[in-house]
Order: sequence, then structure tokens, then C-alpha cells
Amino acid sequence: MKKDCEEKKEVPLGGVIHKAGNAHDYVTGGWRKLRPVLDKDKCTNCLICWVMCPDSAVIAEDGKMVGFDLEHCKGCGICAMECPDKVKAITMEEEEA
Amino acid sequence: MATLKELSAREELFSGGHRLCAGCGIPPIMRLLLRSAGAPVVATTATGCLEVGTTIYPYTSWRISWIHSAFENSAATISGIESAYRSLKKKGKIAADKDIKFLALGGDGGTYDIGFQALSGALERGHDFLYVCYDNGAYMNTGIQRSSATPLGSATTTSPAGSAHPGKGQWRKDLTRIVVAHNIPYAAQASPHNWRDLAKKAEKAFNTEGPTFLNVVSPCPLGWYSKPELSIETAKLAVDTCYWPLYEVEDGILKVNYKPREKKPIEEWLKLQGRFKHLFKEENRWLLEETQKRIDSEWERLLEMDGKRVF
Repeated sequence: MKKDCEEKKEVPLGGVIHKAGNAHDYVTGGWRKLRPVLDKDKCTNCLICWVMCPDSAVIAEDGKMVGFDLEHCKGCGICAMECPDKVKAITMEEEEA
Repeated sequence: MATLKELSAREELFSGGHRLCAGCGIPPIMRLLLRSAGAPVVATTATGCLEVGTTIYPYTSWRISWIHSAFENSAATISGIESAYRSLKKKGKIAADKDIKFLALGGDGGTYDIGFQALSGALERGHDFLYVCYDNGAYMNTGIQRSSATPLGSATTTSPAGSAHPGKGQWRKDLTRIVVAHNIPYAAQASPHNWRDLAKKAEKAFNTEGPTFLNVVSPCPLGWYSKPELSIETAKLAVDTCYWPLYEVEDGILKVNYKPREKKPIEEWLKLQGRFKHLFKEENRWLLEETQKRIDSEWERLLEMDGKRVF
């Protein structure tokens, strides 16, 4: 009981979260059934996959698509679908159990 | 207008790790919105998928100042914040040259229905803020109940399709038109598939003084019974069938931003979504025809007003 009270005191007034964007510490990669795989040779770095990703899980560095943040990717497959027809650099592959 | 390369160089203000569904249409809209502000943003979100999914305590996806709102009052909350900001600026407690943008967010439930009065009031009072509605066409967060944004014939848990009724019996409310009637300086409709158009509109809205409004279609794999990977494609078809026209009203002048080269039949959009499955049965054929007729007439009306003063 005493422990419960002490724990409650640790919650800041108003339930304020002081660390902006700390959801990044929460891993959602475990939701994934399909994993996006990039063929770097085909990729033209158009960044369509980057802008359309719901989980901020396509990593762009210096204007180039460099890979996926698999800690957060939920495997929705939007990146592979939206990769332009002439490029198709991303394939969705079954996650190993 | 920034390119994707330039946009990607800006800070990611919406982190992964949120609990929105795989393939949800909302996050791409938010990521682009926050990148288009060009200044620090203070935001509030009405109860809904976005609010619940991004702020499950003790986590938040927001790398900006963000405050929780109840279902009905995100426009009222942002009104208070913006008023306090103006007051503090007047008193010299915030530097006069400091630029902060104010953003209120809500789904169609929190905007078309429950938050409508607060929105209308804030628009009338003329606060300097942007309201963005992500319209997924039902109360998805609480289990797919119909809202006034739900399309005709759509099956939801409170307008189920069966032998007695073929889904929702009413046409959707045209909220963008109602907002335009408030004579605000800028209002527009956008879609996440057209990132260029959406970013441009967000940039314009953020940089317009006074109340501004964006209504953005937001595909929902859960409530639309559509495939997660097809979310962006579904948004595109909503626009190409003219179910969701991309247009803006700036200082009273209406402009249609995108006219599809070939207007696709509404079936192409409907068939991707399980919520419309029953419309393809022979006995519901008339509903398909009615939907097409209504869309055609709305699109025609919009084209007639293109380039003209609407208020």
C-alpha cells in the first residue's frame, strides 16, 4: 500500500510528460507480420516511402533513403505499395517466427 | 514549396512508437503538417484515435508542446491558448518578434459532430489558428460508430448493413462548405496521397493570419475494412472519383486544385472497402447509382464555382 502511494507521487502534476517524443522508446516492431526489405540498387531515393510511412520508420539521411527503423515499423506495407511502379525497390517478406 | 529532400532534412516532430493501427492514414498527415509550419507549434487534439494513439501515458509521440482536450473542445482549448499568447505578448512576457503557430486537431467525430459548436465559435471569434480535421468517416476509436461524415450506404456498428437497412441512410455533412460559410480567410480539402498539395495548403494555412481550416481525408484500414498497404491508394481513389475533391477557398475565391484527367466511377473506390461490400448486391444497386449521381452533381457544382467568389 505504502509502495502504491510512493509510486503515485512520481506522476508529475497534471500527468505532464516531460520528455517530448518519448513514444520512440516504445517498441511497436513486434506488431509486424511482414518485413520491408530494400533493394538499394533499384532505389532512386525519391523518398515517397519516407513521406507516406505512418510510423516514421523509413530512415532518410542527407536526402537519401537508407533503410528502415524496424523497432517501430508495423509492417503495413505502404512503402512497398507506394514505391513507384518503375522502381519497386521494396518487397515485403514474411517475418520469421 | 519544399521538395521531399528538403522536407526530410527538417526535424521529425512526430515519433514512431505510437499505437495507431498499421496503415493508418493519420500519421503521414501529421508528419507533413508539423514539417510545414515553419515555426514552433502548440497543438491540442480532441479525443479520438490520434489523441489516444499518440499519448498513452507515460508516452507521447509529440515533439512539440501538446495538450489534451476533451472530445468537444479542441477549438475552444486552442482559442484559450492563443488568447493567452496574445496577452503575454502584449505584456512583454513573450518577445514581440517570436512566432508561434497554433494547431487544433480532431477526427470527424470531434469536428463534424461533437466539437462543431466549439469550432464554429472559434472561427467566428477570429482566433489565429489552424484547425485540421482528419476525416476517416466514423468514430473509429470507439468501435466504428456512424458520424455525420460517414458516407451514404456505409456499414458501421450503429448503421449495420442487413436485410432491413443497407448501411447508413443519409448523405454526409459537407463540413468544408459550412466552415467556408464562416467567411474565414482560408479553408481547404486535402488528401495524404498528394503530399505536395497537402504541404502547400498546410504552409499557406499556417502563414495566414486568422482562423484557417483543413479537412483531410484519412483512410482507416480498421473501419473501412480495407487493406493497410492500400491506405494511400484508397485516398488517391477518393480524389480520382471526385468523392473527395481537392479545393481551397482563399479570401472568398474558390479554386479546384486538382481535376482528374479521367473521373473514375465511384465503384472503384467503394470496392476496396469492406464497409461498402453490400452495395454490390443486386438489391442495393440503386444506392450505388444514387451515390454516383450525387457525386456527379456535387463535382459539377464545384466546377461551376471554380475561380469564382463564393462569399
